[in-house]
Amino acid sequence: MKISERWLRTWVNPPDDIAALARRLDMAGHECSYAPVVEPLAQGVVVARITSVSPHPDSTHLHVCEVEHTQGGSATVVCGAPNVRAGMVSGFALPGARLPADRSIERTKIRGVESAGMLCSPAELGFSDDAAGIIELDPDAPLGTDIVEYLGLDDHVLDLEITPNRGDCLSVAGLARETAAIYGLQQTTVLPSPVPPTEATTSHALAIEDGEGCPHYVGRVIRDIDPHRRTPDWMRERLNRAGIRSIYPLVDITNYLMVELGQPMHAFDSTAVDGTIRVRRAQPGEVLELLDGQQLTLTADDMVIADDAHALALAGIKGGRHSGITADTRQVFLESACFDPITIAKTGRRHKLITDARYRYERGVDPGLQRRALERATGLVVQICGGRPEPVVEVGSSGNARRVALRQASITRLLGCDIPIRDVPPMLERLGIQLHATGEGEWQATVPTFRYDIEREADLVEEVGRLYGYDRIPARAAAIAIDPHVAPETQRGMDRARATLVARGYQEIVTYSFVDRDLERALDPDASPVMLDNPIAATMAAMRTTLWCGLVSTWLYNRQRQRGDGRLFESGECFSRHGEDIVEEQRVAGLIVGSVAPRQWGQSARAPDLYDAKADVAALIGDGSEWRYEAATHPALHPGRSARILRAGKPCGWIGELHPTLCSDMGLGSPPVLFELDWDHLGPTTLPRYARLSDQPSIQRDLALEVKDEVPADALVETAMRAGIDTLREVKIFDVYSGKGLKNGHKSVALSLVFQDTSRTLEDESVDAAIVVIATKLRSTLGAIVRGG
Amino acid sequence: MNETPDTTASISLKQATAAIAAARDLAALESLRVALLGRKGRITQALKGIGKLAPDERREMGQRINRLKQALEEAIGVRERQLGQQHLDRKLAAEHIDVTLPGRGQPTGRLHPITRTIHRIEQIFGAMGFESVHGPEIEDDWHNFQALNIPESHPARAMQDTFYVMDGSRLLRTHTSPVQIRTMQARRPPIRIICPGRVYRVDFDRTHSPMFHQVEGLYVAENVSLADLKHDLQKFLSLFFERDVHALFRPSYFPFTEPGADVHIRWDEPGHGERWLEVLGCGVVHPNVLRAVDIDPERYSGYAFGMGVERLAMLRYGVDDLRLFFDNDLRFLEQFA
Repeated sequence: MKISERWLRTWVNPPDDIAALARRLDMAGHECSYAPVVEPLAQGVVVARITSVSPHPDSTHLHVCEVEHTQGGSATVVCGAPNVRAGMVSGFALPGARLPADRSIERTKIRGVESAGMLCSPAELGFSDDAAGIIELDPDAPLGTDIVEYLGLDDHVLDLEITPNRGDCLSVAGLARETAAIYGLQQTTVLPSPVPPTEATTSHALAIEDGEGCPHYVGRVIRDIDPHRRTPDWMRERLNRAGIRSIYPLVDITNYLMVELGQPMHAFDSTAVDGTIRVRRAQPGEVLELLDGQQLTLTADDMVIADDAHALALAGIKGGRHSGITADTRQVFLESACFDPITIAKTGRRHKLITDARYRYERGVDPGLQRRALERATGLVVQICGGRPEPVVEVGSSGNARRVALRQASITRLLGCDIPIRDVPPMLERLGIQLHATGEGEWQATVPTFRYDIEREADLVEEVGRLYGYDRIPARAAAIAIDPHVAPETQRGMDRARATLVARGYQEIVTYSFVDRDLERALDPDASPVMLDNPIAATMAAMRTTLWCGLVSTWLYNRQRQRGDGRLFESGECFSRHGEDIVEEQRVAGLIVGSVAPRQWGQSARAPDLYDAKADVAALIGDGSEWRYEAATHPALHPGRSARILRAGKPCGWIGELHPTLCSDMGLGSPPVLFELDWDHLGPTTLPRYARLSDQPSIQRDLALEVKDEVPADALVETAMRAGIDTLREVKIFDVYSGKGLKNGHKSVALSLVFQDTSRTLEDESVDAAIVVIATKLRSTLGAIVRGG
Repeated sequence: MNETPDTTASISLKQATAAIAAARDLAALESLRVALLGRKGRITQALKGIGKLAPDERREMGQRINRLKQALEEAIGVRERQLGQQHLDRKLAAEHIDVTLPGRGQPTGRLHPITRTIHRIEQIFGAMGFESVHGPEIEDDWHNFQALNIPESHPARAMQDTFYVMDGSRLLRTHTSPVQIRTMQARRPPIRIICPGRVYRVDFDRTHSPMFHQVEGLYVAENVSLADLKHDLQKFLSLFFERDVHALFRPSYFPFTEPGADVHIRWDEPGHGERWLEVLGCGVVHPNVLRAVDIDPERYSGYAFGMGVERLAMLRYGVDDLRLFFDNDLRFLEQFA
């Protein structure tokens, strides 16, 4: 909200300059900035009347004007403004004047005609961007007065962020009330007294059919107004500084009331209203054409202002075209109403209408304000446009003050600071909240109707804290109460996973959770993603089902910046839809691309393969026998170079090379290796359990086996382990070979076997016998032949 | 010792030790040792010759030869160690490498600055007795708004423009406060937690990202007040920025707090001078919030706060564009080593 400092000071005038005032407001919870209206101010520009205008002898668009700039003082000037006319009052820069844009005005000759000064546009005076013509001032503006003084340009605009709970501060009067409370001052402005009707009858009766939606409504017709009057300068300037452009008096007056008192008002063309003014809910499907021509189809929850025939306006939000006023309206019905905030908010949201009236009604307009605002508006209409007011029509009431209990103990408990009991009532009374003691340190507070936000004790405690000053509340190092919760030791912590990956050369990335649907579909075609109802862009419309989207896009992004190699990882939530349910899973995923390690001396570059990623996965999750990597096809992965990761038979991740087709679709060379783990499916780690160390020596034997290519290596290990040899402790693959010396389609896998008995020293003979058993088992189960044996 | 040449041994200790010291290598030394002390060596011969002497001379001569033998053995040992050392020195010198060559293998990666900042925040609050708690990112209206005293049609909803999914039936959480709600539903006070995580708002420009990170905190127990909040946040900010930070608490409004406050700190920024900068929002938990999770606001009170991780990271590391965090340009990320 923007308002003029001068205007505020006519209501309450704190003994602080603008900087200190803004700071005080800021510290009371009203975020506040300010700027001068004009800087620097014009010097030597006065109010002047143009007494005659004649064409310039040597120009088609210039005029030669006689200007009366003081009583009896006059000058001749050349002016090119299209709006210049005889009798007009404007701003005249005398010779020697300085304008804000560091421009000085001197006597000069323009195409042979002496020009002793300049008539100024609002833009030249520095307070508007209107450069279309010279400024027009009130016809009775005092000639010779310095224009800075006349328009009060030596002023600031205060720009306040009023929080949604403080709708009562969204006006000059409201802010003045708040400022007075902060400073402990009295408000000085008193509104003029009510305007008695000159007419005996009313043109429109009033019927409120929904008292809950509209607790208070007052209205009044003013007949025979002169629509061709001009909005006076003082009002234009105040509106201008509030960011509102002057249009014509009736519109300006309703806007003025909204800024001055915080009462949104609506003006109807009374001659377009048929009979009674009715406040009612809309008929479902009822159509209303708004002022701007937009056609609305209403629902039964929307509230309208109607006459006997149709809806005229969307209550509290926007007027309708049919009954809207124009620059020629001569008979106006002024509405000043209080509407239910929730009704207005719902309708505003439903029809996506953003207006100043909605903004204020949503935050709560004081039900005690309507009558005052209407009287004030009537007075301004009569003063500016003339006219004969009818009696006021009114339904509903101004509402009742709310009563809220307050205890000193609650103030101490919630603020953590002792505020003396005797200080509390005067503090709250500054805000218009009356306290009646009901016991020692206990009160009943009577809260004025404009404070929608104060409903309970905590709200009053905040007001006490705010006026007392948050900076005066001490920081207290109290004993803290803790009920410790610590994750089980066997829970897999993501912090540790990140540290592991970082130690293994991975750069962490953080990407948006919403991704491009096409990329997502390419990388995870079988998933059903959660789509955003209101995405910011089509490329950010699907919630990711896999972290690979972020990894692949980040890799592409960096590749375009000559950084196509490396290891990346991300951890975070992935989302998918299962019917009406959303499954949210924590995952961690990585990508290796380019070379397995950065180019370096003493080590030749090698493209990464699945096994590089597999070692990293093993570092993350462990390499115990519960983990299996099962050859499986994934639509995004190379069908021969991909595996599903299982724990005790349950799938919990994927690993593999990006599918060559996807690579070429993206215009990429070497394929990255990817992995992704469903962190929540990995299950806990096992708590280590000490096993007695054996004193017996172990015996190690190697066994080279020839098998068909398709026999998985881990089947050899597992078969060996399950051959029934108690003393076999460990089987490891230490070499894999294919090529010369082997049958076509065969490979050689070399196993290292370690035997140990816990109680006795093993004899070579018993190990030899065990090897025979194992070899036989491998042969019968997998067709493995011992090489060189 | 009398060093006069001995006729029987006819060995000069001086000459022999000179010869030993001059031995050029271990082989030369070995042949000297054999020549002097070997089975047919001169000392051995001399000892054998003792028998021919008169009995009273034998003892003296025997002692003399043995002393000579000891001296020679010692001289040989010394030379042997010298030669061994020289040999080792030469070998080691030949084995030298260029230590200025870079290390081999896989260099380490780095954490993202956001993660790094969250870790720091967790570390500080952890030391202050706060536990980190996580929760879902796709929420329902109740947990994200209603339980937090933001009923439907509340104007405060416009403060947090929301992403909706599933035809508006679910939403992307606009803050991590729903985690506080879920924790308060599951536990009874005392509760002292922080909730780090991703949050989402429909806002995208130079200073707003549709996804960003928050750390929110909650402390509910008996007699928790604004004064406790002031202390704990003041402490946090000083520890986070590693200097004495003066935090200014300004009244503000959040539907879920009453009283509510913004916290500002003095910040010296090159080109802007010193100014007040808003760093977080906080307040005493609104009684309606406690009631929504069946905690009696007459018995318990609490405070809550929330901070933007990106904002703190920007201040801490001097990052001037929010979007850098999500571009994931390696040239940016690699600066956070």
